[in-house]
Amino acid sequence: MYNTHDIPETITMIQDEHLDIRTVTLGISLLDCIDGDIDTACRRIYDKITRTARDLVPVCEEIEREYGIPIINKRISVTPIAMLAAACKTSNPVKFALALERAAKATGVNFIGGYSALVQKGFAAGDYALLESIPEALDVTEHVCSSVNIGSTKAGINMDAVAKMGRIVRATAERTADRNCIGAAKLVVFCNAPEDNPFMAGAFHGVGEPDCVINVGVSGPGVVRAALAKSEGLDLAGVSELIKRTAFKITRMGQLVAKEASRRLCIPFGIVDLSLAPTPAVGDSVAHILEEIGLEKCGAAGTTAALAMLNDAVKKGGVMASSRVGGLSGAFIPVTEDAGMIDAARSGALRIEKLEAMTAVCSVGLDMINIPGDTPAEVISAIIADEAAIGMINSKTTAVRVIPAIGKQVGEELSFGGLLGSGPVMEVSRYSPAKLIARGGQIPAPIQSLKN
Amino acid sequence: MRAVITVVGKDNVGILARVSSECAKYQVNISEVSQTILHDLFCMIMVCEVDRLTIEFGEFADRMKQVGEELGMSIQAMHEDLFNSMHRI
Repeated sequence: MYNTHDIPETITMIQDEHLDIRTVTLGISLLDCIDGDIDTACRRIYDKITRTARDLVPVCEEIEREYGIPIINKRISVTPIAMLAAACKTSNPVKFALALERAAKATGVNFIGGYSALVQKGFAAGDYALLESIPEALDVTEHVCSSVNIGSTKAGINMDAVAKMGRIVRATAERTADRNCIGAAKLVVFCNAPEDNPFMAGAFHGVGEPDCVINVGVSGPGVVRAALAKSEGLDLAGVSELIKRTAFKITRMGQLVAKEASRRLCIPFGIVDLSLAPTPAVGDSVAHILEEIGLEKCGAAGTTAALAMLNDAVKKGGVMASSRVGGLSGAFIPVTEDAGMIDAARSGALRIEKLEAMTAVCSVGLDMINIPGDTPAEVISAIIADEAAIGMINSKTTAVRVIPAIGKQVGEELSFGGLLGSGPVMEVSRYSPAKLIARGGQIPAPIQSLKN
Repeated sequence: MRAVITVVGKDNVGILARVSSECAKYQVNISEVSQTILHDLFCMIMVCEVDRLTIEFGEFADRMKQVGEELGMSIQAMHEDLFNSMHRI
């Protein structure tokens, strides 16, 4: 039994500190929809998704009302579409994106992820066509998200794919330049992509996953910050303890919702992602936690150390609260989705080089960063290669989601609205990596891969 | 099943009467009531049995929210499991 004084604490967390479930993501395998005829495959995809996810949104809304917990996003992730595209080589894979879009609208979800390819060790049938179709697919759809895994600790980095993705990120931004380059905000390039990630834009349903599964991502930077603000005078071990206790509570809520959604939908529970996911709302910022710990501004010297401690404490607190943990699990540092990061970037305290260092110790990578519209494709490729190298060597997930702000320069702003937020265009190095990128080939798997 | 109803806002005459009569209307049995002051506001917590509830629980939660709006207070009815899972191992 709980104490009655626990109740106001929970209510305050939800009402004043933005505690919520960020996403309930239903993973659906499309392997049984593969067909040599793309129209048949698309019909099967639509039918399977709308059948499996029919009750997802109503059930989540029911849970929201009964438990009083906001569930911000309801999402679907599917088998990487490149695997379906492999069976119909002569057709334009954009048809798959349109089928996913129709299914997303029919089920009422916020996003559908899985317009993806896994090319860390080379291209198989379907991969080339899918990659080339990404700019068009993200232009003609609204809810579809795309991801490409170009490296892993086990495989090394596919630099041909890296070169290609630099061009594709640019082309995607150009095609959607009239909509604030939104296409590039729905595209992420991974190293060591997890197969059970519930977060967008990188969610896809891995081939090792069951036919369908419920994965849940929690949020709660505001709660962590508020807990720290109420506890003056702690040393860093004390701060870490406090974060652990708070993360435990946040994750328990995620576990409860995941179990309940799984029971009501009769779909197995997969994982809870132990995440600290910010939103642009004031008071829901990871940067503000770092500042509460003791930095004048996020990006100051000491940011990496504070973030490493935060990330570790979130995982330690969360892991005991959930029966199964997975996904990205850790603190997110997306610039445009975090009020504190936006401020820090605007004031010049936070630079892309510092963000790169931060990605070595937290959950993802260079996320939601606006870069100048005239950034050459090979510079974007090289940014991807740098991030992938950090992930490959440290056996962790890293990713790049940068948005070339077409027609804009450093200091100007790009706004996406909603959870994707807005932010300033940040400076990138103008020195050319063109020769490195033009070499192509594969960066071999590192010595860290030889664990057997 | 048990539920927790929280009432937060500026203190006034008749709050308890209004909330408990609403509970009675839908066959909700109040088993525990406590009051605290939270951020200088009146805060009442009721633990209730809702097994004999005559409407869907979600609908009851909406109804209580509406009563809160009428009283100028924030009223929430939430499933008890949320508090059990967050505060007990």
